Amino acid sequence: MDMTQYLNVFLEESREHLQKLNESLLDLEGSPQSREVLDEIFRSAHTLKGMSATMGFTDVAELTHEMENVLHKLRNGEISNSPEILDMLFKCVDLLDSMVNDITNGGTGSLPINHLVAKLKDSENLPKTGGNQSGVGEPVGKPVEESREIQDRPDNIVTSFEFNEYEKNLIKQAIDQGFQCYHLVVNIDPRCVMKSARAFMIFKNMEEIGEIIKSIPSVQDIEEEKFDTGFDLIVISREPQEVIRKGLVTITEVGEPDIKRITEVFTAPDTFEVIKDAPPNCQPVNTNPPAKTEAQKDTQSPAQAKPRASQTVRVDTTRLDSLMNLVGELVINKTRLEQIGRFAQLPDLTETMEQMDRITTDLQNVVMKVRMVPIDSVFSRFPRMVRDLARDLGKEIELIVEGKETELDRTVIDEIGDPLVHLLRNSIDHGVEEPAIRLAAGKREHGRVILSSRHEGNNVVIEVEDDGKGLDPEKIKNKAIEKGLLLPEEAQDLDDSSVYRLVLLPGFSTADKVTDVSGRGVGLDAVKNKIEALSGSIHIESVPGVGTKFKIQLPLTLAIIQALLVLLENETYAIPLSFIAETTSVTPDQINNIQEQEVMLIRGDVLPLVRLHKVFQVPPSDLPREEEINIVIVRKGDKRVGLIVDTLVGQQEIVIKPLGKLLGNIPVIAGATILGNGQVSLIIDVASLF
Amino acid sequence: METEIQLVACAIEGEEYAIDIRSVQEIIRLQEITRVPQASSFVSGVINLRGMVIPVMDMRRRFGFPGKVPDETTRIVIINWNGLLVGILVDSVSEVIRLPRRDIEQPPSCSSNVNSEFFTGIGKLGSRLLIMLNLDKILGINSDV
Repeated sequence: MDMTQYLNVFLEESREHLQKLNESLLDLEGSPQSREVLDEIFRSAHTLKGMSATMGFTDVAELTHEMENVLHKLRNGEISNSPEILDMLFKCVDLLDSMVNDITNGGTGSLPINHLVAKLKDSENLPKTGGNQSGVGEPVGKPVEESREIQDRPDNIVTSFEFNEYEKNLIKQAIDQGFQCYHLVVNIDPRCVMKSARAFMIFKNMEEIGEIIKSIPSVQDIEEEKFDTGFDLIVISREPQEVIRKGLVTITEVGEPDIKRITEVFTAPDTFEVIKDAPPNCQPVNTNPPAKTEAQKDTQSPAQAKPRASQTVRVDTTRLDSLMNLVGELVINKTRLEQIGRFAQLPDLTETMEQMDRITTDLQNVVMKVRMVPIDSVFSRFPRMVRDLARDLGKEIELIVEGKETELDRTVIDEIGDPLVHLLRNSIDHGVEEPAIRLAAGKREHGRVILSSRHEGNNVVIEVEDDGKGLDPEKIKNKAIEKGLLLPEEAQDLDDSSVYRLVLLPGFSTADKVTDVSGRGVGLDAVKNKIEALSGSIHIESVPGVGTKFKIQLPLTLAIIQALLVLLENETYAIPLSFIAETTSVTPDQINNIQEQEVMLIRGDVLPLVRLHKVFQVPPSDLPREEEINIVIVRKGDKRVGLIVDTLVGQQEIVIKPLGKLLGNIPVIAGATILGNGQVSLIIDVASLF
Repeated sequence: METEIQLVACAIEGEEYAIDIRSVQEIIRLQEITRVPQASSFVSGVINLRGMVIPVMDMRRRFGFPGKVPDETTRIVIINWNGLLVGILVDSVSEVIRLPRRDIEQPPSCSSNVNSEFFTGIGKLGSRLLIMLNLDKILGINSDV
């Protein structure tokens, strides 16, 4: 069978699973005893193994298989969770990552895995739970015998049931009529020689107190002993859970069953929700943790399935762009049709046009939204990076990520990763002190780095904040003078925020020693350049001894912006809303001249005015003039300028299109956009007017 | 090398010009052109070609001819110049002509004609003379603003 068509799917899914493995391993590091996290890791490794084996990448399969073994033992508490094991698992993930990259580049994914495989195998010899240090990784209060059961049923990690319509109806009716529906996971002692006989007794007992509506494997397979050590049953009964349990455990060689109550059957997806724990009064005497986690796992799986599905849609951005162009074109032609419709005055046509108007508007909104991606796609790779970095530097760092659901345009997302990596490295390397120094300063040993993002008006704000030593203004000044970036006499007049900005200059680096991490010549100026190229800005706040905060402000998108349309005579121009402070109108006598510069007073402040007609050399037209003069007040930093325009048309979302190379750099124009009527309108480059 | 080339013949200020058909994407009727302030004088502005914003150059102004009010015959020839789309505004487009290469002569080398650098040659078709446009020079507006 030709596998090439599946290769892309394999690669995409592998990357997802690797990312998940990374995340889960980090989680595991944070909470070493979490059974759910272990299950999560196990599932990802298992899936990866299956996929790679199917695709014929045996080395990937082998490595994941060995990982699985180790994870399996971790789950059963046969070996305890230790930093060494985690490191080993991290290394495995790294190696798998390299393998997947190799496959991406046309390789076979065969990399030397022997040393890691040997290590993984060796982990068996690590101390068992019984005699381990400090009981790390030992599931709380879980008796050893019970752990054996789980171990003996390694394939119980995913108990996915598929109900057909008939069964779903049956379950639904039963629940409606006050019956209970139970999902039993029955375990038979592996040493049992007559498993089918035990199964028969189980069936018999269950039939006495209720009705078995489904079993996995099928009844026939169970009778023929075609099952491992356990099977699943769906039973409808009026009896409480404890009675069901007793009906099973009274049979010899049958282990403690895992009982879940099915409360609802979804009709759409073939899964069901299980709510664990029957009412307290009929709870089994020994509440066993394995059963509990099992249930939690199952309740989680439907929820987890959803975000994953949305992640797997990958579309080439050029396709999105052309889709957007086509929608734009559709809108333009729709407007033309509307004009024809008005002229023809056909009621049917008008009605249809109204419908079409709604649909195209929706379509336009959807297409614009399609380009938005949660920033999580960038953030998700940082926890691992921070962990590794902190280890390399011998520091302890806690990374807190906030607002990862914030959405940004693809164009911005693709570009923002590198600057953030740089800022994070900077914070960890230069910001956060060594643990000993932190303790001496009365701080917690753990350094904290907060990475957050949020929407603020039409912008996205991303902050990288650390609780390190902060920036030292004197040190920065001296350094800047030493490097020839600042004159000594200038230094005195600078306030702190201006001093901080010095670190963004090319050729500036305050690190006393050059580390592998940062200070390699590529300074923060690279970050600043990148941010500014994205029409964003960067600010630094710092308190010596307390911490530093880098605040990046970015437009939501580079392709779509909110703009105010204005008329100059009969030409339409667009002013990006992000620059506009307010609009106002004045009478001609409110405009004064100061040294040939037109100004006006607004709330006591002098506001310089710019006549856009002059800047754009707009040819005069015979349009009637308004009495009042409309002024759009724009800002850049803390500077403000009033732009004199003829008419304010209104606010609109516009798609920015470049003017193209041939027109070169026209200083006052930032780009063009196509209006609803098909007309091209130019976007004013407000920053150039200051 | 092919012995024959195909040319799009168009008229500007009563003279016939020819553009190699391989660089012509399409020919459209005049549509609303948005003026671009502070652009070169011979750039009429930009148009919307199916969602793309494309600059349009006025050939009359490029060659230093007097302006003319656009009429029914005015056309915009959309040129695909190394992947860049650009429109050139001409008085009219007449036809597509096949011309044997041997019928193309070097442009007259009289230096008094400032426009001669815009031409690659003169095509002879019977008694008609077609001026072959040198798009590289004409569109390389950044070089001589």
